[in-house]
Amino acid sequence: MTPIQRKIARHKSLDRFFAFEGLTVMIVALLVLLALVGQLMFDGLTRLSWQFLTSFPSRFPAQAGIVSAWVGTILVMLVTALAAIPLGVGAAIYLEEYAPNNWATELIEINIANLAGVPSIVYGLMALGLLVYQFHLGQSFLTAGLTLGMLILPMVIIATREAIRSVPPYVREAAYALGATKWQTVRDHVVPYSMGSILTGMILALSRAVGETAPLITVGALSFIAFLPHPPWQEAFPFVSFEWLFDPFTVMPIQMFNWVSRPQEEFHVNAAAAGLILLAMTLAMNAVAIVIRARFRKRIHW
Amino acid sequence: MKTMDASQTVLKAEARALNFFYGQAQALHAVSLPVYDRCVTALIGPSGCGKTTYLRCLNRMHDLYPGNRYEGEVMLYPDRVNIVGPEVDPIEVRMRIGMVFQKPNPFPKSIYENVAYGLRIRNLSNKRDLDAVVERALREAALWGEVKDRLQASAMNLSGGQQQRLCIARALATSPELLLFDEPTSALDPTATSRIEELVAELKQKVAIVMVTHNMQQAARISDYTAFMYEGRVVEYDRTETIFTNPSVKLTEDYITGRFG
Repeated sequence: MTPIQRKIARHKSLDRFFAFEGLTVMIVALLVLLALVGQLMFDGLTRLSWQFLTSFPSRFPAQAGIVSAWVGTILVMLVTALAAIPLGVGAAIYLEEYAPNNWATELIEINIANLAGVPSIVYGLMALGLLVYQFHLGQSFLTAGLTLGMLILPMVIIATREAIRSVPPYVREAAYALGATKWQTVRDHVVPYSMGSILTGMILALSRAVGETAPLITVGALSFIAFLPHPPWQEAFPFVSFEWLFDPFTVMPIQMFNWVSRPQEEFHVNAAAAGLILLAMTLAMNAVAIVIRARFRKRIHW
Repeated sequence: MKTMDASQTVLKAEARALNFFYGQAQALHAVSLPVYDRCVTALIGPSGCGKTTYLRCLNRMHDLYPGNRYEGEVMLYPDRVNIVGPEVDPIEVRMRIGMVFQKPNPFPKSIYENVAYGLRIRNLSNKRDLDAVVERALREAALWGEVKDRLQASAMNLSGGQQQRLCIARALATSPELLLFDEPTSALDPTATSRIEELVAELKQKVAIVMVTHNMQQAARISDYTAFMYEGRVVEYDRTETIFTNPSVKLTEDYITGRFG
């Protein structure tokens, strides 16, 4: 072997070593995940039934169900998304496209980055003081949704800014050169072209929110709700009703937390089954995100 | 060779003692240049000489970024408006003056929407009118034959040369009074380049053209007037034949003969 071949051989063996190491680490991570899901399935799968999905909580484990919890999770997520997404996307567009380059903007940016790292329980305390005691929104779906909305707002802003930044500057210049205003450029180009990445960020943020427990306990989630909230429709004009916003709420992780902390073994099985449903809900959200993203990205490649 | 009748010497725009600053750095020093209607004015010079900076003054592109500043004036005729004046809205300037960029930059939308976009932001939405203008612009950009059966296909699937002609069509759709080309062929192969050059020769029948180019043969082939710029100044400006056959400044001659640049 010539010296240069020896050198190449050594570089290649490093290459192989890294590939092997990467594979090992990935397999370990996957195995841990599989073990967790497997354990959950082993414990909970037998408890899954139509009765479980359609029953209210009960003091008898065999009669207990999660209907108020999964309905609650969906409604809270709805409020969270409606609160955080328009605000977050708007803020990101302002910061990326409109904000002047000065210390005030800089200060806001630093604060947003820091807010993304604040522990969720702090948001819970803040929401308790602000939404429950100050604004008297009650221990309601509205409070819960807004709390989680505040929690994910910085994530939404950061994800959206990243997405907007990935639109190449020459595309913006093409629009401006035709006489477009800033708003026309944002509406017709910047936002549509980054929509795929924006949606990915939204779903990641909502996936985080769906499993949050601590801030919701702080703002007063109930773990025993034996009724459904008011329906979002009504007989009389205007046919939609917002009464449900002020109903007491519970969500899946809180129901699970409640069951896990009971002494009876049967409730632990219930908790595992509820965990499976929560996992399925999260996966469904991600699946929807992937489908939407694929549709948006199909036509756009640089 | 290039014959000039009276109609070719109508002034379309004129820079007068134009200074331009990127923040504190002065990039243009007292640039004075006429642009004649229905003529091609070429800007040549080594990298960093300010030719693109000057071109982007003409449609106020510099206003998109903070800290940029114009001094002096660029008059646009026939209405004698100073288009770099702070009282003039850059959007209005860009609506009158079209631009084609160095790298083809179509929108990732359909071919049709690319050409129609300039009209849409002018609040034109009548389908019949749009169809007519899109066809006219694509014909003028010598692209109609190649794309007429797939107007709804994505512009990103076109070849580089086709994309650049699409960008020309997009600029032509709004009937600009002056068309700016910033090295439009530098990213294209020779075949695509010669098609763009033929197109520019066609287009100057209708519109004034200012073109930045790195390629001196290109300037000699298609322009009527040439300005040689160096370090933010216009060193020499004249009829293209004169610049290339009998330049009066030594620096111009050195650049044209390839002694530097």
